[in-house]
Amino acid sequence: MDFTFNEDQLVFHDSVKSFLTNEVTPERIREQWTTESGRSSDLWDQLAELGLTAMTVPEAFGGLGMNELDFILLAEECGYVALAEPLVDTVLVAVPLINSLGNEQKHFKESWLPRIAEGKATVAVGHQNNPLVADAHIADLLLLPNGNEVHAVPSEQVELLLNESVDPSRKLYKVTWTPSAETLVANEEEGKKLWEATLNRGALAAAAQQLGLARRIVDLSVDYTYERKQFGKPVGSFQAVKHHMANVAVKIEFAKAPLYRAAYDIAEGLSTAGRSVSHAKLATSEAALLGAKNGIQVHGAMGYTWEVDLHIFMKRAWALDASYGSQGFHKKRVKDSLLAEGALLGAGNSFVN
Amino acid sequence: MDLNYTDSQKAFREEVRSWLQANVPSEPLKSFDTSEGFRQHREWEAKLNDGRWGMVTWPEELGGRGCDLIEWLIFEEEYYRANAPARVNQNGIFLLGPTLMEYGTEEQKARFLPMMATGEEVWAQGWSEPGAGSDMAAIRSKAEKVGDHYVINGQKTWSTRAVWADWTFGIFRTDPDSSRHKGLTFILVPLDAEGVTVRPIEQLDGLPGFAEIFFDNVKVPAENVLGGEGMGWHVAMSTAGFERGLMLRSPARFQETARRLVELYKANQEEADIDPVIGDAVIKAYLDAEAYTQTTYMTASRLVKGGKIGPESSTNKIFWSELDQKMHETAMSILNARAELWPHAPQAGEVGKWLDGFLFSQAGPIYAGTNEIQRNIIAERMLGMPRA
Repeated sequence: MDFTFNEDQLVFHDSVKSFLTNEVTPERIREQWTTESGRSSDLWDQLAELGLTAMTVPEAFGGLGMNELDFILLAEECGYVALAEPLVDTVLVAVPLINSLGNEQKHFKESWLPRIAEGKATVAVGHQNNPLVADAHIADLLLLPNGNEVHAVPSEQVELLLNESVDPSRKLYKVTWTPSAETLVANEEEGKKLWEATLNRGALAAAAQQLGLARRIVDLSVDYTYERKQFGKPVGSFQAVKHHMANVAVKIEFAKAPLYRAAYDIAEGLSTAGRSVSHAKLATSEAALLGAKNGIQVHGAMGYTWEVDLHIFMKRAWALDASYGSQGFHKKRVKDSLLAEGALLGAGNSFVN
Repeated sequence: MDLNYTDSQKAFREEVRSWLQANVPSEPLKSFDTSEGFRQHREWEAKLNDGRWGMVTWPEELGGRGCDLIEWLIFEEEYYRANAPARVNQNGIFLLGPTLMEYGTEEQKARFLPMMATGEEVWAQGWSEPGAGSDMAAIRSKAEKVGDHYVINGQKTWSTRAVWADWTFGIFRTDPDSSRHKGLTFILVPLDAEGVTVRPIEQLDGLPGFAEIFFDNVKVPAENVLGGEGMGWHVAMSTAGFERGLMLRSPARFQETARRLVELYKANQEEADIDPVIGDAVIKAYLDAEAYTQTTYMTASRLVKGGKIGPESSTNKIFWSELDQKMHETAMSILNARAELWPHAPQAGEVGKWLDGFLFSQAGPIYAGTNEIQRNIIAERMLGMPRA
């Protein structure tokens, strides 16, 4: 029993963290809001150079052959900086979906995975739980459900309609397309399992970012409570303000282990993954949403402005809450699992699969 | 990361489980806040100690098994699963014991630890005073050095287990000109010493679970000082530290409450679902108990590998105390009109121990540092917010 990350994971985390905080600044994010695509190919190249786009691509396809657990701390940092580029979805959702396709898709994998690893191709993924497809406009390929079938559709065969989100960084599209025998890569039966696994990975991706966002909101808010003075003192010295932040810190502390546990369950292919992921999504969203609510409160009127950076992170937290399953969806999954006949509950059963 | 138990951890679990199966009393003991229950619990401590299960983290020469924190968590899981008796000497074995091992002289360890392990000497805590609760550094009880003795005068209050306990430990002001955290000394005091008066305080359940202790020229030999004169605050902070907190409120306790809550909900689901928030609260409680468990395993793994605990550990107490309160509130909602009835009431039916637990859960956010104080600590030491 060892619930810690190893040295390699921690060292890689440190280096990616400092890259992201240096490069993906609020100024850069605001700059990207003014561009048409909202995405930076320069930044994507840099991420690829660090090996990040290759992380979960198997070595046989030119990747690093790492798993969800190896990436989870990095996904958290992507949330911390509110990265607009679809790195987390690529590594945790798109690549594993392509890689889980059957052996008959070997050629398909060979043609896409190495290019994704190199940062030369991007893939957007649709899902039954998400009415819109994120980042479809920069995708070379879209993986889309038709019932439970999985279709791989080249970008020139889709029509996109932008739906503006509260988060100016989010690019969401209604995708119109026609399924065909040429685009089919997994049938109903196989696809059902693939979409279930995709839901878990997508929810894990959102959860990791929510935790990072919650941490960032607390950091920004604490800084602000030093700057802002009232009654001759920094507002952060008042207990009511302190307790708003402490309450978020408590939620954050107890969302970490469920998140890492969920990543572990997925990486190890455990049957408990569904419940673990739902727990992680609920716990991290709770932290992020309370962070947003208390963060804006301690910022006072400044928190309600476009000028202060808080909203970059707060809006992402609001947006991700329903991504890959609303709270109700995840609560129901947990409930069904806890109330199931023969469910192993209570002390000593936390790590039984 | 490897979330599987090793073979030796599995074997340890089996050993604990089979010993408890053979030895846990089939009839529940009376509350240890009654005279008879106290005696029963003291006997249980002796039995545990005979089996070398009294304090598994203690070294072997003290009757322990030298277990690490992961094994401790396993032991606790089995202990709560077996519904074994509450630990009447918890202030001794979980709080003072480890502190004695850290700061005690060889003579002190030899004098106090074995008697503590057998339950022959049960300990009460003596932290709070009428004017020093959340503000513990406002302590006024004095201990004056006279020759090879200290003479203690003053009053402690909210002393858990003091009514039937044999000894108390606490901090006293040894430097009369000192203030706040300085000039305090950690002293061990026998409760049968001349000049000690213990006045029971009835708790919410009507039982004398804690007491006031009055000291009127109580003479205590200088060798009862732990950690040296003037070091009281430092020693006390270690007693209140994370690992002690973990010992006192290990996750298994809350996981078992959460499991019972799920069962209670399942048995009464149709009636409970009239209020849809109940089902939601049950799920949330179960997940929070899991989160507390996983987080504790994560911290324990880090400590076992030589890591250090940080100020984030002050989030623990808020989390478990509010979880405990919420779980019991939810159980009361499910029990509906029977919730207010004691188990012995003729119409109570199978209400179990929920009412007792509900009452006790109200104390959680108050004792061991109120949750407001914990939030200040989190804000200032963990988040670095400006001091008032």
